[in-house]
Amino acid sequence: MIETRGLTKVFRDKKRGEIRAVDNVNFVCKPGQIYGLLGANGAGKTTTLRMLATILEPTDGTAIVCGHDVIDDPQKVRANVGFLSTATALYRRLTAQEMVEYFGRLNGLDEATLKKRVDEIFDRLDMNSFRDRRCDKLSTGMQQKTSIARTLVHDPAVMIFDEPTNGLDIMTARTITAFIRECRDRGKTVIFSTHIMSEVAKLCDTIGIIQSGKILAEGSLAELRSRYNEQDLEEIFVKIVAPLYVEQEAN
Amino acid sequence: MSLRNVGIVYRKELREALRDRRTLISTIIVPLILFPLLTAGFISLAVTLVGKAKEEVPRIMILGGEDSRPFLEGLRKNDQITVVPLAGNWKDQIINKDIRAAVEIPAGFQSDVAQQKPTTLKIYVYEGDMKSSFGADRVRDYFKTYSDNVVKERLAAKNVPDSALKPFDVKQQNVAPPEKVGGAAFGGLIGYMVILLCLTGGMYPAMDLTAGEKERGTMETILSSPVSRVHLVLGKFFLVLSASLVTAALSVTSMGMSFWAAKHFHMFDQAGSDAAQLSLSLGLGAVLSVFIMVLPLAVLFAAALMTISLFAKSYKEAQSYVTPLMMVVILPAVAAMLPGVELTSKLALVPILNMSLLCKELVTSTYHWNYIAIIFSSTCVYAAVALFLAVKMFQREDVLFRS
Repeated sequence: MIETRGLTKVFRDKKRGEIRAVDNVNFVCKPGQIYGLLGANGAGKTTTLRMLATILEPTDGTAIVCGHDVIDDPQKVRANVGFLSTATALYRRLTAQEMVEYFGRLNGLDEATLKKRVDEIFDRLDMNSFRDRRCDKLSTGMQQKTSIARTLVHDPAVMIFDEPTNGLDIMTARTITAFIRECRDRGKTVIFSTHIMSEVAKLCDTIGIIQSGKILAEGSLAELRSRYNEQDLEEIFVKIVAPLYVEQEAN
Repeated sequence: MSLRNVGIVYRKELREALRDRRTLISTIIVPLILFPLLTAGFISLAVTLVGKAKEEVPRIMILGGEDSRPFLEGLRKNDQITVVPLAGNWKDQIINKDIRAAVEIPAGFQSDVAQQKPTTLKIYVYEGDMKSSFGADRVRDYFKTYSDNVVKERLAAKNVPDSALKPFDVKQQNVAPPEKVGGAAFGGLIGYMVILLCLTGGMYPAMDLTAGEKERGTMETILSSPVSRVHLVLGKFFLVLSASLVTAALSVTSMGMSFWAAKHFHMFDQAGSDAAQLSLSLGLGAVLSVFIMVLPLAVLFAAALMTISLFAKSYKEAQSYVTPLMMVVILPAVAAMLPGVELTSKLALVPILNMSLLCKELVTSTYHWNYIAIIFSSTCVYAAVALFLAVKMFQREDVLFRS
């Protein structure tokens, strides 16, 4: 379970002054559900997810992840989270297996459990053919599978995906979306950010539309359709975001 | 603090470093191959050049001396030189290295000598040119023998024994053991090398593990794991420190073995007396004490390199930040090699310079314990501050996610 409470992040820039990247964000994401953060570039999606993964510290407010506060207990939060984004690259000089084992060890797994977990994941993701190949010699699809294995090795209860299909070809992107669905089906709490409408429509149980660091609308796809009297998610998104977007662009 | 995660990070960084060609080259290959090659290259070059210069029978021109026939003939018959015919452009010939030297015999030289009148022979040379200097030496040898014979004849004519001119002999003898002699000559150089190599050995890994990790996008990956940032920075720091110390240790070992091999195979003897002074024998104790003292300095370098490199967004940017640090280290390390710069209680507090000066003393097995205590403790304090800054830097979001 993830619960954000007035989550806020302010960056201070010498030229641009104070930037409220995330502004008083509140939402709840339950186990067995996928929460989709939908927003344009620079809307605050990545910053929100980085705060949930405790990579960044909130300026104000907080979030509770699996019962642990992201400010008070960041290490325990990370132990319960699998974080995957296009920015989370692999160590080029490690093999796929070494990469996964490294993160398993950092998550406190003992060697026997680690071996069992790694074998299980490699079988499940069909990775045995390249387990001893160095990450810099893997295809994009193989690299994505290795990244997935890395996030799964400690069997986290919460999965955070930050634009995980960004820049990927259709086949690799399908591997990721299938994996996200599988996480939900296994009862994990899943939060997922994207600016691709079709992914949100296909995957998410709850959609949060974010712009200028604020959640402007929230609900299931059906709820949003009825609330904004539009069938197409893109039209709904534009209706919600356009006023703030125009104002922001003008500034 | 659990050290398990520090060990996990260290082992992973070590595994990656051992698979990285650039790290292997800078840390292991260069020190192991560079010094033997440099030593062998330098000695064989010296042997070849000096040998060739000595083998040559120098071409000498004689100016004047027509009225001093016997002297002139003696000079012409000397098989150590080749006398060339007189030419007006003899100065140009010396400068152009057609001849090595010219000898001017003044008019009436031999009769002046016979009448015991003061007279002067002149040798014209190309100052700084080794072959010209060797040519002049051979002519001077002939003049000295001639002069000695004249003196002997004069003394014999007056029934004065040869010993009257030389009432006593002077002998100078070295009492310092070989390691002290070598240390006095090379102490500064050893300190300089160890300090510089500690820095250069850690440079590449420090940049790779910080700015390189940001550039490759693995920083966010590792930050999303439960490892604390203190453990993460310590694991990385120990790897940089290991690389520094391994580079310095391999370099000194390799340098020592090169000198030993050169001495063992008498390469220095062939290179002549000047090169023979390069013969260096250092005690194991001296080398070990240098390494123990340099340890906190290596910690300081590793932490400083990581702190500076972490600021950079890319490996290239890190290089431009780290390069000025080289100058900051080289200048005080070189200053310690200057003659007359000795350890004082004030200089013992100046980082790098203090260690360089101390190394100079340690290799001659001189132990000023008060200075050693000041230098070791002050460097430990500087190292602790640098390590603290590195840890703090790893906790700053604006540094880790600088864009």
